[in-house]
Amino acid sequence: MIFHHFGKYVMLLRKVFKKPEKWKIYIKEIFHEMNEIGVGSLGLILIISTFIGAVMTLQIAFQLVSDLIPSTVIGQINRDSNILELGPTISALVLMGKVGSSISSQIGSMRVTEQIDALEIMGINAPGYLILPKIIAGVVMMPALVIVAIFCAICGGLIGGSLSGAVAPSDYIQGIQGGFNGFTVAVALVKAFVFGFIITSVPAYKGFYVRGGALEVGQAGTQAVVIGCISILVCDYVITALML
Amino acid sequence: MIEIQNIHKSFGDNHVLKGIDAAFEPGKVSMIIGGSGSGKSTLLKCIVGLHEPEKGQVYFDKEEFTQMSFEERIPVRREIGMLFQNSALFDSMTVEQNIVFGLDMFTSMSKEEKVDRANLCLERVNLKNTNHLYPSELSGGMKKRVGIARAISMNPKYLFCDEPNSGLDPATSILIDELIQELTEEYQCTTVVVTHDMNSVMGIGDYILFLYKGEKFWEGSNTDMLKSDVQELNDFVFASPLMQAARQVIK
Repeated sequence: MIFHHFGKYVMLLRKVFKKPEKWKIYIKEIFHEMNEIGVGSLGLILIISTFIGAVMTLQIAFQLVSDLIPSTVIGQINRDSNILELGPTISALVLMGKVGSSISSQIGSMRVTEQIDALEIMGINAPGYLILPKIIAGVVMMPALVIVAIFCAICGGLIGGSLSGAVAPSDYIQGIQGGFNGFTVAVALVKAFVFGFIITSVPAYKGFYVRGGALEVGQAGTQAVVIGCISILVCDYVITALML
Repeated sequence: MIEIQNIHKSFGDNHVLKGIDAAFEPGKVSMIIGGSGSGKSTLLKCIVGLHEPEKGQVYFDKEEFTQMSFEERIPVRREIGMLFQNSALFDSMTVEQNIVFGLDMFTSMSKEEKVDRANLCLERVNLKNTNHLYPSELSGGMKKRVGIARAISMNPKYLFCDEPNSGLDPATSILIDELIQELTEEYQCTTVVVTHDMNSVMGIGDYILFLYKGEKFWEGSNTDMLKSDVQELNDFVFASPLMQAARQVIK
């Protein structure tokens, strides 16, 4: 069953990456999707990352109660955890729920109302026209959102730590500046790129092959989010194992 | 001209189409009729390539369509206009954008030319000044007419209509039927209509193909149909008291 779906998914992607009929129209769609996926998710990412950063700081400070450990470590741990794991992965899981379900239901509704058939009758490569702009927008905007998420989480840590008195702002800032390894950002961006692909392509696959009516469209959305989240976590492990 | 030969189609164990042969001529309205589940819509989808038949061939002007790859089908598909049962208008686009979408994709016409073409198509279906409305703002009959306007925007050689009268009031149904007939004559296109609306069949059907349990049971003109002795056809055509009364009058 898994191999059947994986094969079908790969076959769909082959159609998606066929040469577009007219680049001009596709580019217009890409910008539209970038706005939907990227700008439309910015507020959610800002709020979630800021609070995660703040809570992380408090929890690290709570667990490192020792005179032997300098409080600058709090900033360091918060920075690296956010860059390597929380920024890309939590953002991806959140966006899988928001963007993924939207893509699945949008394409699924087009399928059950014969709009995809109408595209195919016109001689348009429906997978390419409907899915390619979403995938390109996803892989472009996801790294940008992850950078924003990491920045907000680090700022959130500073604000949360300062307000609660868990760490002095100067110690925290000194911590986030010390022992920085730029490669961690490269790891985060690779994760973001892969997650951006999963967030857009998996729900598009589920939506594209939905059969039935409104109930099945809803079920496809749920399945897309579940499968997408598991795929993100598996890829997260594989990328981490390969790159670190 | 469209010819179909020995079309077979199954969904799992359900053998929906069992060797259908037919020829649909240009300039005429051909109608595929039959009860629910008889395979009408499946046959239409096999003809236009939305379903792949397991056996049999479809020819568009002597060119075998069934054996063509996706790319080879594109030139044929650009000559096809189709009206779907639920209109299948693109929800995210306005009426005008729906109509010019094919032109946007496949022609190098200027924006003004495309708008002119959209206006012409809308005028043809009696829907002026609706360019900037979205499908959600239209009634069922208006959606059908926009669907027809979209179908004719590329000057089709082949026009397919899947249940064009479903969900419409009798007056609007007649308007849609007249429109299909006029466009068929005007464009001299090969028109294939799937319906179970007997008013349409009697009104505009030049050639009728009756399907029964996935088989071709009868074919002929609408006047031949009234004289037919085929029991299954008569059970279908004269099911309503109105049609029974009409038959008595004709007899």
